[in-house]
Amino acid sequence: MASVTANRVDERLQQAPLLTRLLSRPELGAIAGTVLVFAFFAVVAGGSGMFSLKGVITFLEVSAQLGILAVFASLLMIAGEFDLSVGSMIGFAGVAIAIPVTLYGWPVWTAVLFAFGVAVLVGYVNGYITVKTGLPSFIVTLAGLFVLRGLTIGLTRLLTGRTQIPGIHKFSEGDWLAPLFGSDAFKGLFVWLAARGWIDTLPNGAPAVPGIPVSILWWLGLTAVATWVLLRTRFGNWIFACGGDKNAARNVGVPVDRVKIILFIGTACAAALFAAIQVLKFGSADTQRGLLKEFEAIIAVVIGGTLLTGGYGSAIGPAFGALIFGTVQMGIFYTGVDTDWFKVFVGVMVLVAVIFNNYIRKRMTEAR
Amino acid sequence: MAPARPLIDVQDISKQFGSVIALSGVSMTVWPGEVHCLLGDNGAGKSTLIKTLSGVHQPSSGRILLDGEPILFNSPRDALDRGIATVFQDLAMIPLMSITRNFFMGREPTKGFGPFRRFDVETANRVAREEMQKIGIDVRDPSQAVGTLSGGERQCVAIARAVYFGAKVLILDEPTSALGVKQASVVLRYVAQARARNLGVIFISHNVHHAWAVGDKFTVLNRGKTLGTFDKSQITREQLLSMMAGGKELEQLGAELEEFARADAARAGGRESPLEAGAAAEAAIAATLRQEVAEDRELLEVERRRRH
Ligand SMILES: Nc1ncnc2c1ncn2[C@@H]1O[C@H](COP(=O)(O)OP(=O)(O)O)[C@@H](O)[C@H]1O
Ligand SMILES: [Mg+2]
Repeated sequence: MASVTANRVDERLQQAPLLTRLLSRPELGAIAGTVLVFAFFAVVAGGSGMFSLKGVITFLEVSAQLGILAVFASLLMIAGEFDLSVGSMIGFAGVAIAIPVTLYGWPVWTAVLFAFGVAVLVGYVNGYITVKTGLPSFIVTLAGLFVLRGLTIGLTRLLTGRTQIPGIHKFSEGDWLAPLFGSDAFKGLFVWLAARGWIDTLPNGAPAVPGIPVSILWWLGLTAVATWVLLRTRFGNWIFACGGDKNAARNVGVPVDRVKIILFIGTACAAALFAAIQVLKFGSADTQRGLLKEFEAIIAVVIGGTLLTGGYGSAIGPAFGALIFGTVQMGIFYTGVDTDWFKVFVGVMVLVAVIFNNYIRKRMTEAR
Repeated sequence: MAPARPLIDVQDISKQFGSVIALSGVSMTVWPGEVHCLLGDNGAGKSTLIKTLSGVHQPSSGRILLDGEPILFNSPRDALDRGIATVFQDLAMIPLMSITRNFFMGREPTKGFGPFRRFDVETANRVAREEMQKIGIDVRDPSQAVGTLSGGERQCVAIARAVYFGAKVLILDEPTSALGVKQASVVLRYVAQARARNLGVIFISHNVHHAWAVGDKFTVLNRGKTLGTFDKSQITREQLLSMMAGGKELEQLGAELEEFARADAARAGGRESPLEAGAAAEAAIAATLRQEVAEDRELLEVERRRRH
């Protein structure tokens, strides 16, 4: 218990061993998992082209898109809430870009901003209902999942008579905002590298991969910013506090409702970003886009070491969670194994991750 | 020099939770430089009353004046902004978060400007460690999770936090319940120091000994109503105890009072009694307290002389 000795070095104070300190970091499990997954595929799929430049960029891009969702889902989960409507929000934001552009002739950039505006509104409504009713966000956003998907399909069919909206590319060409979502970065560098023969080239001498898809940069950038916010800002402290014990947080002056609403807006905007990236990359919107993404995001978050019950987690962990998800998904494709097995793997992975996280949390609060 | 008006003036406050009437028509005034003890049995409404003062609950009727001005707090944040800091009975601590992060939760020091404004972790760690040192807890590592602390240590973090942020009013809801004698005496000394700094202190305790050691005034609550406010000179400890029980368990109370009498007799006759230990503890606290307050006065005096 208490000791009143002021200046004497506390005999109970010993430097915790490095391993113990590492074990108390939420992202450790996901990093270890990533190493394992890479080692595994290096052995079984090493010669399949998975680790060629093209292969690497492909699985990074898949991971990046999920990772964008996962970072925000993690912040929200740390604050003690879920957003099950992100998958439907992706579809909704997609048509919110495509319909104004193709049907009403809006410039692409206004349609993209419009979609983000819609996302802010949806996130606000999700958050407002959750904090004002005190209902579990699981239920509130489950309702959102159905309402938004229904609206997406209903409105799209009503306005266009179809469920897919192709042909966006011809509008997005020359748009000043579109490259922020649907382009490749460092194209010049890749051409230069190809000219030297340092990266794979197509028969005509152009690089096999035109550049780094911007989604990867979004993923890395958002993960870095979210990590900084969580660990180094006042708002980050409030996020942990909300999920740790919302009454305690409120009683010492944390604006719990405001924090949660902002984080719901964050997940909805992540969905809009995901949608903008896909619509502008593929040049089409589809009312079925984003199906099951809410669960994939939660899986990446949980693999990343964030506690389902809130109050503990990171933004880096879910980035690795998404990397594992994307790598395995593409790895199974490259090894030629039936992709049905991917789902089995994901299920087992989630269970292992949760058991591991639970163990870590016990260590954190009991045995230190 | 007597202050012109009370710091806090609670006027005829009532609070209902659905059909439960937790407070009905409670009034009390707290003056600066005064320790106002709030006593009463479990469920008397003590916590509910102080939660209306700290912005957790809004009163169903009645009003609260702070410095003569009617206030309506929408959240505890409003109360904190007005200099009212509270140690809640449940402590409002988050086990998975570090001592430092708990200490500054909601009031984080920042550095930098605009989008680069960030949590000043170094300052926060240093202050948390210093403040905990003052309350007699040698923090091993301020980034240690609060969940790993003992109950008493946790209580000390909550108290140190409120003392650090309470600019005008300090409210403590049963702050000594998990503390040993020594730590309790440190907390009581804090209360006395806050009084010396001219803060208004509201001190809730089940322990009449602790209340008696620091209290200037005593308000007794019973089933949501006050049985009155008493000056220390107007009342005895035994009378307080009898009021706290609300005349309900009179037999049991009678027995307890007899115990008091017997303890006194025993002390006079030099014999041991079961209550002797309790009385000795109280004497120890009072003695520690007196000595420590005297030391503080001396320090203040030295400081003042040096400044002149
Ligand atoms: N949030 C609440 N909802 C319903 N009833 C409550 C609530 N808070 C307190 N009460 C009731 O109000 C009464 C007074 O409680 P409380 O103020 O905690 O008493 P004390 O602190 O004096 O032990 C109790 O009967 C309690 O059940
Ligand atoms: Mg109470």
